[in-house]
Amino acid sequence: MKVLVAVKRVIDYNVKPRVKMDGTGVDLANVKMSMNPFDEIAVEEAIRLKEKGAATEIVAVSIGPAKAQETLRTALAMGADRAILVTSGEEVEPLAVAKILAKVAEEEQPGLFLLGKQAIDDDSSAVGQMLGALTGYGQGTFASKVEVAGDTVNVTREVDGGLETVALKLPAIVTTDLRLNEPRYASLPNIMKAKSKPLAQKTPADYGVDTAPRLETLKVAEPSKRQAGAKVGSVDELVEKLKSVGVVA
Amino acid sequence: MKVLVLGEYSGGKVKDSTLATLGAAAKFGGDVDLLLIGPDAAGATEDAKSIAGVSQVLVAADPALDHELAEAVAPLLARLMADHDVLLASSTTTGRNIAPRVAALLDVSQVSDIISVEGPDTFTRPIYAGNAIATVRSKDAKKVLTVRGTAFDKAERGGGSAAVEQVDAGVQNDRSQFVSMDASESERPELTSAKIIVSGGRALGSGAAFHQLIEPLADKLGAAVGASRAAVDAGYVPNDYQVGQTGKIVAPELYIAIGISGAIQHLAGMKDSKVIVAINKDEEAPIFQVADVGLVGDLFKLVPELTEKL
Repeated sequence: MKVLVAVKRVIDYNVKPRVKMDGTGVDLANVKMSMNPFDEIAVEEAIRLKEKGAATEIVAVSIGPAKAQETLRTALAMGADRAILVTSGEEVEPLAVAKILAKVAEEEQPGLFLLGKQAIDDDSSAVGQMLGALTGYGQGTFASKVEVAGDTVNVTREVDGGLETVALKLPAIVTTDLRLNEPRYASLPNIMKAKSKPLAQKTPADYGVDTAPRLETLKVAEPSKRQAGAKVGSVDELVEKLKSVGVVA
Repeated sequence: MKVLVLGEYSGGKVKDSTLATLGAAAKFGGDVDLLLIGPDAAGATEDAKSIAGVSQVLVAADPALDHELAEAVAPLLARLMADHDVLLASSTTTGRNIAPRVAALLDVSQVSDIISVEGPDTFTRPIYAGNAIATVRSKDAKKVLTVRGTAFDKAERGGGSAAVEQVDAGVQNDRSQFVSMDASESERPELTSAKIIVSGGRALGSGAAFHQLIEPLADKLGAAVGASRAAVDAGYVPNDYQVGQTGKIVAPELYIAIGISGAIQHLAGMKDSKVIVAINKDEEAPIFQVADVGLVGDLFKLVPELTEKL
């Protein structure tokens, strides 16, 4: 079974984003960029499936700027077999990303799709579900456990009320949550090896997908800031303070 | 302008998250239809009818819609959108699972997790874990939106007199099946609608300490219990306790953060709380930058004392 993993290049998890002065977006110049953390989990899960013998080949796909090549090389160094970079000069909305992935899937015919449940930049949490609609496949979102058995994948999902398990007929789409696994670090020899793994370069036009944005960002602003309050010296003072602002009786 | 709201309910009552989504729906100034799905939907229609501002309650009771499987629900919603202009779903795991699938069926770019309605096609939403707020205009003819519940006033019960209409789901789904639900049982209030939340972090050191320190304080205050990602990852509490960018977004009257350092991902989930109290031994912890009241010290001493003195 071939596994298709989608990865996105985003601002690094540990960087505090700064809004641009002109209100057009978040300043990404000279900011450390990394693979979206949820996508790392997706790559790791694909590798584990391959190690267990449930997957035979892992294809990593990224849609984004030319520099997303680095993100794909990371996926290859972790253990993906080959990569496809679909380059676009401008930001591609989740709907167009899903359309491109659906087209890639027509060519690649994967048995399983693994994607992060959301990207930590736009926080949309939409691509996996949209890909489900476009392919007609089942979707297991927010996964904390993935078990492939025959022509079915059982996915345990982190939902508001606890953990829900669904059975999906393969091919199927899984979006990964935090507790699915802990991604490995790529070893130096594997980083070297990744440089010679195949990486195909494509454009949205190659897949006949129109990426023209449907959403127009009118403004990006800083959220209203909270002022740090006062520190108190004892539990008595804390209780007094809570009573005075009326949040406890 | 006709708005369709994907309703969620439990125990015959419409959920608070749906009431907040109905609050967002009211901002469009048109008719609002509330859809209830699944075999138990009929039980919640009386409650749904009573909600102010609901024009029509649509009931799709097909057993195939049980457990709100996206593969079954999304085609129904896409069909109902033929005579609606806007679809609103709550930013719950149910809404976030289903809405994008509907959006793609309609060839629409979803606007996720809106926190305000600026106009019929313009919305604001947090991005980058709430470190920026984007104002977004949708150019699609139909809108598909998910709604952050803490950002909208809940629709009121009473005064409503909605008509009830049965909807034939016509569902065919051979792609997915419900297997099981491991529900975390709790007598305490639900996190996203609680007035007070007591949250614990990694500094508690163990699940046992979490239960011994956090829960008595929460119970004294009638509060819900939350946790940081670190506490969940360490296995102190189940996943659905997690507050943060990728967990639950909360905005209670009072949020007490105990042994939580305050990573930006955690702050993203609770910084709209009215009053924030932080108890932490590290006076440099980022949580103090957003806390209204901070107390520096050993939580193992301070928390039992606080529980006793409240």
